[in-house]
Amino acid sequence: MNTGIPLEYFLILASVMFFVGIYGFLTRRNLITILMSVELVLNSVNINFLAFNKYLFPDQFQGQFFGLIIIAVAAAEAAVAIAIIINIYRHFTTINVEDVDQMKF
Amino acid sequence: MMDLSISIWIPLIPLFMFLLIGLFGHRFKPLVSGVMGTIGLGVVAILSYTIAYQYFFVQGKVDGVYHKIIAFNTVWLNLTDKLHIDLGVLLDPIAAMMLVVVSTVSFMVHLYSIGYMHGEKGFHRFFAFLSLFSFSMLGLVLATNIFQMYIFWELVGVSSFLLIGFYYTKPSAVAASKKAFIVTRFADLGFLIGILILSFITGTFDFITLTDTSGEAIRQGATIGFLGMSVMTWAMLLIFMGGAGKSAMFPLHIWLPDAMEGPTPVSALIHAATMVVAGVYLVARMFPVFHTSAPHALEIIAWIGGFTSLFAAVIACTQLDIKRVLAFSTLSQIGYMMLALGVSGYGGEEGLGFMASNFHLFTHAMFKALLFLGAGAVIHAVHSNVMNEMGGLRKYLPITHITFLIACLTIAGVPPFSGFWSKDEILVAAFHFNKILFAVEYAVAGLTAFYMFRLYFTVFWGKDDRHYHHTPHESPLTMTIPLMLLAVASIFAGFIPFTELVTSDGAAFEPHIDYMIAVPSVLIGIVGIIVAMVMYRKENGMPEKMANNLKYLYKWSFNKFYIDEVYMFITKKIIFNYISRPVAWFDRHIIDGTMNGIAGVTNLVSFEIRGFQSGQLQKYAFVFVTSALALVLAFIYLWTN
Repeated sequence: MNTGIPLEYFLILASVMFFVGIYGFLTRRNLITILMSVELVLNSVNINFLAFNKYLFPDQFQGQFFGLIIIAVAAAEAAVAIAIIINIYRHFTTINVEDVDQMKF
Repeated sequence: MMDLSISIWIPLIPLFMFLLIGLFGHRFKPLVSGVMGTIGLGVVAILSYTIAYQYFFVQGKVDGVYHKIIAFNTVWLNLTDKLHIDLGVLLDPIAAMMLVVVSTVSFMVHLYSIGYMHGEKGFHRFFAFLSLFSFSMLGLVLATNIFQMYIFWELVGVSSFLLIGFYYTKPSAVAASKKAFIVTRFADLGFLIGILILSFITGTFDFITLTDTSGEAIRQGATIGFLGMSVMTWAMLLIFMGGAGKSAMFPLHIWLPDAMEGPTPVSALIHAATMVVAGVYLVARMFPVFHTSAPHALEIIAWIGGFTSLFAAVIACTQLDIKRVLAFSTLSQIGYMMLALGVSGYGGEEGLGFMASNFHLFTHAMFKALLFLGAGAVIHAVHSNVMNEMGGLRKYLPITHITFLIACLTIAGVPPFSGFWSKDEILVAAFHFNKILFAVEYAVAGLTAFYMFRLYFTVFWGKDDRHYHHTPHESPLTMTIPLMLLAVASIFAGFIPFTELVTSDGAAFEPHIDYMIAVPSVLIGIVGIIVAMVMYRKENGMPEKMANNLKYLYKWSFNKFYIDEVYMFITKKIIFNYISRPVAWFDRHIIDGTMNGIAGVTNLVSFEIRGFQSGQLQKYAFVFVTSALALVLAFIYLWTN
C-alpha cells in the first residue's frame, strides 16, 4: 500500500505551502493576490488531511470528506471574496489593501 | 342624617377646575375660564356651608360635646402594620369653621377677580392657579393626619409662589415670589423635622390619636430631655416653626410684605385671609399636644405672637404703600391669634384663648379680605399703590368707601362690629395669662386703629382737590358685590356664638363681656381713630412734624426695623462667604475634579493607544499570526518541560 513516499514529505510540502500562503497574505498589497494566498493556506491544510488519512487510518474516509468540504467552502469563499473585491473597486477605484483603511479610529 | 363623605368633593372640585382651566383654558374665551372657576367655587361654598351646618347642628354633637368625625378615609401608603399614611377628610369644629372661611373668601375673590383681572394677560392662568390654591387649602384644612397636612401645606406654598410671581415679567414680582418660597421652605424644613420627631415618639401621624387628651400618644416623650427641654417641646417648637413661616411670625415675616407684588385678589385670598392663618390653624389643630406635653413651646408662641403684633403695628404706621400697610396689619392680627393660642388653657373656660383665636381668625378673614379687596378697588381706580398719590376718593368710589370704612371700624374694634367681639376675647385671655402681654396688646389695639384710619383718611379724605389723570370711577358689579357681602359678614360675624361652637375640648361654655377690659379697649381704639382723624382728615403739616419729632423711631419703622437688611447681611456676608463659597469650592474642585480627572485619564489613554486600530487589515493579520505562533511556541515549551 505504501508507495514509498514517506509521510514527512507531504507534511513538509504542506508546511511550505502554508507559510508561503501566510507570507503572501501579509505582504501582498493586491486583494486578488491576498485571496490567492488564502487559497494556498486552505490547500496546504487539505494536503495534511489527505496525507494523515492515507497514512494513519487507511480504511476510513473522514480526512477525504473534510478535504471535499474544504474545497466546497473555498469555492464559496472565493465567490464571496471576489464579489467583495469588485464592490471595493467600485467604491475606491483601487484594490490596493493599504488604501482601504476606512475602518479605524 | 346626611352622608358626610360627600365632603371629599370639596377639595376635588377645585382640583378638577384647576386641571380643566389649566389644560384647556387657552381654548376658551377668558371670561369663560373665570366664570367656570367661580361657579366651581360657588358649588364648593354651598357644599361647605351644608357640611358645616350638618356638622355643627345635626351630626357633630354627641352628649353636648363636639367630636372629631372621619368623613372619608383611604389608606394611601401602607408602610408597616402600624405606620400608614392616609388621605381623607377629618371634620371637627375648627375644620368646619375653616371650610366656611376658605370657601367663602375664595368664592368672593374669584368673583371679584373676574372684574379686577379683566383684560389681563394670562387671565385663565390666574384662575387655574386660584383653583389650585383653593384645592390645596381645602385639603390642608380637612387633613386627617399630619402628613397629609404637610403635603397640602407645600402645595399651598407652591400656589402662593405661582400667584405672587403672576406678573412674571416684572423682576420685583419674581424676586418676591422667590423670597416667599425660600423663606417658607426654610421654615417647612423645621416643620418636617418636627413631624418626624413627633411621629417617632408617638408612633402615629393620625390627628385623632395624636390629640386624644386621654390617650397615651401625647404623654410620651415629655420625660425625654434634650438640651434642657423635653423632646416633645423641641418637636412642637419645630412644628411651630413651619407655622411661623407660613403665618409670617417674627423673624420669618420678611416674605409677606414683599408678597404684595402679586395681584390684589391674591393678596386678599392667600396673604390675608386663608394661607397665612394656616400656621394658626396648625397650632390650633395640635393644641392638645402643645398644651399637655409642650407648655413651654406654647409660652414661646405667646411671646412671639405678642411681639410680632406690636412690631408689625409700629411698622404699619409709617408705610406708604397701601397694600404694605395692610400686609403689616395682617402680621399684627395673626400675632394676636398666635398670642391667644399661646395663652390658652385646655377645656371649658380655660380654653378661652383657643376659642378667641379661632373667633378672631374667622372675623379677621372676613374684614381683612374686605380691606384688601377694597384696596384693590382703589388701586384699580387710581392705578397706583402709593397712598400719597391718593386722596378725596370718597366722592368717586362711594361703595368702596363705605365698605372700607366698615372694615376699618371692624379692625379697630369698635362695637358692635365683629372685630370688637373677637379682639375683646383675646384681650381677656391675655389678661389672665400675663400683664405685660396684655399691656402690649392694648397698645397694639390703639396702634391698629391709628394706622387703619391713617390709611382710610389719606385715601378717602385728605387732599380733596387732588387732580387725577383721568377721573377715578367705581368698580364694576363683580367687584362691588363681594365687597358688600364681605361687609355684611364683617358686621355680623361677631354674633356667631363661637363659645358654643369652636372650643378647645368641644364642650360649650358661657361667654361674658368683661367691662373692665372691653371699655378701655374700645376707648383706646377711638383715641387712635381721633388721632388719625386730626392728623390726616385734612392736609396739614402734622404728620411731617410728628415724623421729625420721633425721627429715629420713624426712620426705623419706615425701614421695617432693618430686618431685611439684617437678613441680607447674614445671608450675603456670612452664609455666602463662609459657608456657600467653601462648599462651592469643594464641589467644583474636589467632587467635580475627581470625576473630571477620571474622564480625563480615560481620554488621554485612549488617545495614546488608538494607533493600534489603523484600519490596515494586514497589520491585524500580522498581529494575529505572530500571537498565534507565540502561543504555539509557549505551549510547546510548556509541554516539553
